[in-house]
Amino acid sequence: MDFSTLTLEIGAAALALILLVVGLFLPDGKKGQVGIVAALGFAFLLVLSFLAPGSKGPFFMGQYMNDGISVLFKQIFILGSLLVTLMSLRFTRRFEDARGEFYVLLAFSLVGMMGMAGATDFLTLYIALELMSIPLVVLTAFEKGSMRSTEAGMKYVLLGAMSSAILLFGLSFLYGAAGSFGYGAVMAALTGGQTGPLVVIGGIFALAGLAFKVAAVPFHMWSPDIYEGAPVPVTAFLAVASKAAGFAALLRFFPVVLVPLGLGMTTLIVLIAALSMVLGNLTAIPQTNIKRMLAWSSIAHAGYMLLGVMVASFAGAAALVYYLLVYLFANVGAFAAVTAWSELSGSDEISSFKGMWKKSPLISTVFIVSLLSLAGIPPAAGFIGKFFLFVEVAHKGYLWLVALALVMSVVSLYYYVSVIKTLVSEAPEGETSKADIPLALRAVMLVSAVSTVVLGVLPGPVMGYIRNILSTLSS
Amino acid sequence: MSTLAIILTVAPLAAYAVIVFFTSRWKALSAGIAIAATGTSLALSIWLLLGMIGDPTPVHVSMSWLSIPHLGGIRGLDISMGVLVDPLSSLMMTIVSFVAFLVMVYSLGYMKGDEGFSRYFAYLGLFTFSMLGLVIADNYFQTFVFWELVGLSSYLLIGFWRLKDSAAEASKKAFVTNRWGDFGFLVGILLLFTIFGTFDFAVLAKEIPAYEHLGLIALIAVLVFTGPMGKSAQVPFHVWLPDAMEGPTPVSALIHAATMVAAGVYLVARGFVLFQSVPQVMELIAWIGGFTAIFAALIALVQRDIKRILAYSTLSQLGYMFLALGAGSMSAGMFHLTTHAFFKALLFLGAGSVIHALHEQDIFRMGGLSKKMPVTTWTFVIGSLSLAGLFPLAGFWSKDEILLVALREGQTALFVIGLVTAFLTAFYMFRLIFTVFFGEPVPAEHGHGHQAHESPVSMTGPLVLLALLSVVAGLVGSPWWQAWFGSSFGSFIFFGEPEAPHLDLAVALPATIVAVLGIGIAWLVYGKKLVRHEALAERFRPLHTLLLNKFYIDEFYALVFKWVMMLGGRVFDWFDHRVIDGTFDGLGSATRTSGGKLRLLQTGRLQSYALVLFGAVAVAVVLVSTNLIGGFAK
Repeated sequence: MDFSTLTLEIGAAALALILLVVGLFLPDGKKGQVGIVAALGFAFLLVLSFLAPGSKGPFFMGQYMNDGISVLFKQIFILGSLLVTLMSLRFTRRFEDARGEFYVLLAFSLVGMMGMAGATDFLTLYIALELMSIPLVVLTAFEKGSMRSTEAGMKYVLLGAMSSAILLFGLSFLYGAAGSFGYGAVMAALTGGQTGPLVVIGGIFALAGLAFKVAAVPFHMWSPDIYEGAPVPVTAFLAVASKAAGFAALLRFFPVVLVPLGLGMTTLIVLIAALSMVLGNLTAIPQTNIKRMLAWSSIAHAGYMLLGVMVASFAGAAALVYYLLVYLFANVGAFAAVTAWSELSGSDEISSFKGMWKKSPLISTVFIVSLLSLAGIPPAAGFIGKFFLFVEVAHKGYLWLVALALVMSVVSLYYYVSVIKTLVSEAPEGETSKADIPLALRAVMLVSAVSTVVLGVLPGPVMGYIRNILSTLSS
Repeated sequence: MSTLAIILTVAPLAAYAVIVFFTSRWKALSAGIAIAATGTSLALSIWLLLGMIGDPTPVHVSMSWLSIPHLGGIRGLDISMGVLVDPLSSLMMTIVSFVAFLVMVYSLGYMKGDEGFSRYFAYLGLFTFSMLGLVIADNYFQTFVFWELVGLSSYLLIGFWRLKDSAAEASKKAFVTNRWGDFGFLVGILLLFTIFGTFDFAVLAKEIPAYEHLGLIALIAVLVFTGPMGKSAQVPFHVWLPDAMEGPTPVSALIHAATMVAAGVYLVARGFVLFQSVPQVMELIAWIGGFTAIFAALIALVQRDIKRILAYSTLSQLGYMFLALGAGSMSAGMFHLTTHAFFKALLFLGAGSVIHALHEQDIFRMGGLSKKMPVTTWTFVIGSLSLAGLFPLAGFWSKDEILLVALREGQTALFVIGLVTAFLTAFYMFRLIFTVFFGEPVPAEHGHGHQAHESPVSMTGPLVLLALLSVVAGLVGSPWWQAWFGSSFGSFIFFGEPEAPHLDLAVALPATIVAVLGIGIAWLVYGKKLVRHEALAERFRPLHTLLLNKFYIDEFYALVFKWVMMLGGRVFDWFDHRVIDGTFDGLGSATRTSGGKLRLLQTGRLQSYALVLFGAVAVAVVLVSTNLIGGFAK
């Protein structure tokens, strides 16, 4: 067997183990340096991901793929992990001696995500999904002394278990109908045959399990509580990387059930998308906590991105990947700004943002750029990401869906701009200490903001790269 | 080469960003950064220009900016961003960065002590960037983007003294008037894109001549031409330019002499094939140019404000350029643009020097400055002689070329208009000179003559340099140059066939005679004071009043604005307030309320979350199964 196609997966797993060992040998006060090793490791993997070739067909007896979708999504996961690690270097000081484990868990979760992007087999998918989720649960509850963090971890593990149960239940039905685990074999067995109740129930349950991971309505209930309770960098990781992994799995899985179930499945996903956009955006409006608001906003964004899955085409996948990249930079930018600001003011309530512009133009600028990108205002990249995505939906003939998405984008503008309005307004009075932002965090903010603008002004090269990878490595 | 072009374009933008974000507190440093950046641009543009003279093969690089592959019956979209370096663009970028550089140096003295010193240099950087971006664009789309940026930055510069009402009004007027032209321009290029599927100049140049519906091309050409009419302030869009003199004087030199107003001429030259393929449109361009030339020159005869005289003179000279383009000679139009950039920048900066010394703009409250400000005086005289077209100064060669083209193309009427305008030009310029520099010093209680002094070197330096160029720059388009070097301006920048300059006495002689005549009459009236100019005004009272009020065009627009726009505006305002606002306020509060209600769904209780999770799956199963069985979805 040729293991070279698994370079990145093996690399990430090795990195996790190395971090574990490095953590052991560092003296007590210096465990934080694991973070620096982790950052270097992720950076190395990112470089490697551009050098490691993908391959066309499935391998390991049809269990795994390393095609264009895999390659691109892995790059997104690694980028997300790298940025979140850099963001956490200062933040994890509060965890005292458990600091090293923080990064180990990130790396293990990354391995799981990579597996989700590559899996073309029910079992592989499930194992990868759990490999991703379990470290995330621990990370969510990482702030041991905090009630909120513990509560969030508890909710996550329980609801996650339920969703896993639903997913497994659905997968077992599909296995029963097709007699096989592999996507290819299942698709072949189900095409042309009668669509029995087994397939209907199996398809819907499995889809629901994955919809839970991307936090789409009505499988979203977990996310606001958990986003709010988790430490900020973990929230960023959940919002960005974990969601992207869910989409990678959906992008592969959806065609499997689309063929036998046809229009019914499309209708279902359209409905989920529409509900996510409406409920996510409307409920974001009255939020007073920035993490909670961003959680609702990420639910709404899951709605937009589901449209890319629904399209089920090459162009749809390209648009979705571009959108995810844009979404990654915007969210990392916003969460990095929140991290920096909460270090300064000790609060992540929106009302505490007053006077931010005066105190730290850097944090404010990054924040504004990120929020504008999320709202889809040019020249920030969110506009062009939405544009690519909606064009594909329009091509597919769902004009009403595009109209709804546009209307909801307008609604979203209200709460994003409200935050901007708060942060440029005058401070209530009080001390004006200078912002002290750690170098790594500063770098993350700048990289996110600059990337957001560049992706918005110059979409050509990156979109070209995405299309190129997708088309040369399509199976 | 294209990389250099990008660097030289972006350098002033970088200066803008650095000044705005970091150095605005340190005035001298900010100015230094802006000047260094523009100096870089200047050096690189000269390098590119020399390269182009050596080897005039265009360098064209473009990359995909936004592309959507076409799918099914819907056409895809492919917009690129690129750089086009050819003789035309390299010449233009040199002019732009050269004048921008001199204006910045000059402003060191002129703007000294101004509160917004750093902001001023930042805006200048932004403007220079926009202008250079416009010049290197390789397609209409990119041109339009930078075209609008030029509009924006000129708005900022004209309204630089934002606390002054008249400046704020003028900047608004400039912006709005330009928008009218830009609207036509935008519609034009969108039509082009719908027909040809591309914005690229090079591709369009091949496809337009082959296109059969001439009527459509004519419509597009006219629409696109409204853009240049707005920016280059041709009648009837000319009203903004004289008012724009409210900006700092160096700004007037930059945007109203050499760059922004020349952008229109440049665009017509750049897209020449579009206009040239419809003779009627060319005719229209030539006549608009000719009309503007004489129209503005007439108004300039009676103005009292030194900058306004120069502003109307600029209008008139831009008219010349369009006349040349319309008559079919890109070389002649661009040649006049080049020489005009030098001598008009010189005149504006000279006027700035006078204003700086006197804090006065009314020419009849000045006088006898030649003794106190010798450098300003003599450079101003040189600029005026060049503008009047006296042999062998720069203006002579380019104006001569235009008149020659008009005659050659059989446009006798336009040729006559050109000659008359030349006479008027000489007259109004020397009316100004004899009054301001050589007349009796105005008594102290009326004027400010007593405190006049020569300006600092940072201001006189650029004047001397520009004066030098106003003398010699024309030589590159003269038959002598052709004889010495075997090539000249017309063989460097041309459309179709290279044009060789030649001196036709049938044109040069009358042109020179009318110019001398103009100067002579001005000397008799304003220098020697044989006739009191007040008496002349009295004698031709109706004409004088008409000219003084600029043919009442502004009043006419104000009337139209008041009755048509405001009335319409009030109707729409009512509709907006009652119907639209009402609807959206309602929608908005409904949205907010529903958000507040929906929030209650999120109880925080795990049990209810699980209930929703399982309930949703059940609902989905029912939904899809009924769908499959043939339920409501059918």
